[in-house]
Amino acid sequence: MIEIDGVSKAYGDNLAVNDVSLTIQPHTICAVVGTSGSGKTTLMRMINRLVEPTSGQIRIDSEDVTAVPAHELRRRIGYAIQGNGLFPHKNVGQNIATVPRLLGWNEKRISARVDELLELFQLDPHMFRDRMPHELSGGQQQRVGVARALAAKPNILLMDEPFGALDPVIRTRAQDDLLAIQQRFGTTIVLVTHDMEEAIHLGDRIAVMDEGKLVQFAPPAEIIGNPASDFVAELLGPSDRAFRLLSLSRLADHVESGEATGEPLPSTASLRDAYSELLWSGRTAAPVVTAAGDVIGRIRLESLTRLAMAPK
Amino acid sequence: MTIGNLIRLLVLAVLIALLMRPDLFAGFFALFAKPGQPVIYNQGNLLAITISHLLIVAIAVLGSTMVAVGLGILVTRPAGAEFLPLSRAIANIGQTFPPVAVLALAVPVLGFGTGPTLVALFLYGLLPVFENTLTGFTNLPPRVMEAARGAGMTGRQRLLQVELPLALPVILAGIRISTVIALATATIGSTVAARTLGEVIIAGLLTGNTAFVLQGGLIVGALAVLIYDALSGLERLLMARQGRGVAR
Repeated sequence: MIEIDGVSKAYGDNLAVNDVSLTIQPHTICAVVGTSGSGKTTLMRMINRLVEPTSGQIRIDSEDVTAVPAHELRRRIGYAIQGNGLFPHKNVGQNIATVPRLLGWNEKRISARVDELLELFQLDPHMFRDRMPHELSGGQQQRVGVARALAAKPNILLMDEPFGALDPVIRTRAQDDLLAIQQRFGTTIVLVTHDMEEAIHLGDRIAVMDEGKLVQFAPPAEIIGNPASDFVAELLGPSDRAFRLLSLSRLADHVESGEATGEPLPSTASLRDAYSELLWSGRTAAPVVTAAGDVIGRIRLESLTRLAMAPK
Repeated sequence: MTIGNLIRLLVLAVLIALLMRPDLFAGFFALFAKPGQPVIYNQGNLLAITISHLLIVAIAVLGSTMVAVGLGILVTRPAGAEFLPLSRAIANIGQTFPPVAVLALAVPVLGFGTGPTLVALFLYGLLPVFENTLTGFTNLPPRVMEAARGAGMTGRQRLLQVELPLALPVILAGIRISTVIALATATIGSTVAARTLGEVIIAGLLTGNTAFVLQGGLIVGALAVLIYDALSGLERLLMARQGRGVAR
């Protein structure tokens, strides 16, 4: 659990972060959203003390982060940044081994962990371990950057626009990979992004920052259905609200009994994808199938339309 | 093999032959000596003088590299930032003194011999290495430095594991410039009795023997070109390993 308690950061007369309090539950993803200059990155960097707060306190599992030296604290917290920041003079294996080496793991344990992580991120250890970062594609560099952040099995992972430098196709895949990894290891993730779409997709809760203040801290459905201010509504993009709401749920949770014809939809698809597919194919309903291919029911356009309505 | 490397290899081979068996070149140098004058330098062994010349340069450059890199590291740490102007001024003063003046001032203190030359070359070598060290340390990729801090490296670990390796190609370029300056400047050390190739050139000038002047000059020139190229090659190798463009 990360408790941010009345934290402010001043640069001269300017308050970059202004009296922010929020509690991030363990094993959840908290997406911090805001425009540039909103203080979202400063807020995150205070968790691993890359920035020291001017006032207020941050606690991790009830322990004040200033209780241990900053470099020791940082070794316990994973940190992944935009453009990955890989060490250009070290190969992939050495990059991933950074924090384990700082912690004094033995060579055998380090090498086993490096290979385990490379496999987890679908990079063949034999092929990639000895490559230099500049020999990798952007997507591969990003994966190595996250692998490095996770190397010492931290409970907390901080991510600063980790997908910002990726093209849309690779970005979607990287986001899904992150969700899978989070579910597998139960890592608490704080993710800073300027992209509301990304925040809705990844966040269990979303913290919206504006001019150093926390404007709203709520689950995605509430942010979409009940934005706390005009600023939040603007970030959401008013014309996309209904679709954003639909994108939050999976077909599996809204399957109805009944028959339908045509190409079936997978139960893992979002309601938004299903809605789009029905509109595109001109159908009023479609069968829903599991990953194994068994038909479990159908979804109707009418139900989707109802689900897209603003919650009362 | 490229044409450039072929030429370098050729120059190296000729240089080694000239140092090991100068008599083989007697026919060529006879063209530049007056009748009755010795054709090949006869007041010492060319190879021994060349080794002494290189040794003086190596010691001086090593000294200036250690001091300049040390200063460069010091003034780019948060605690040493206020010394930046001072250390820059000191290195600049070393550069503005003409080497002859340094020799003249150092002789009364250190006496004739190698000492004054070492001091002059050392002072001369400081600035290029210092400037390049500063450039190297102040132009580190910010994201990489951020990642190093975020990973929990201490200041010392960041310096040794990240900053120094990344700044190395730039520092090396400074060492290359210092070395070439020192190779050439070392020749005037012979005026105060340091054992350098300058003594061959001076002997030639005193007796009006162009063959001697040419021997000393050609050896210094060849050494400078070869060492310059070798160090440039090393820089390119380091840059390529880091996946950075070739800076020339």
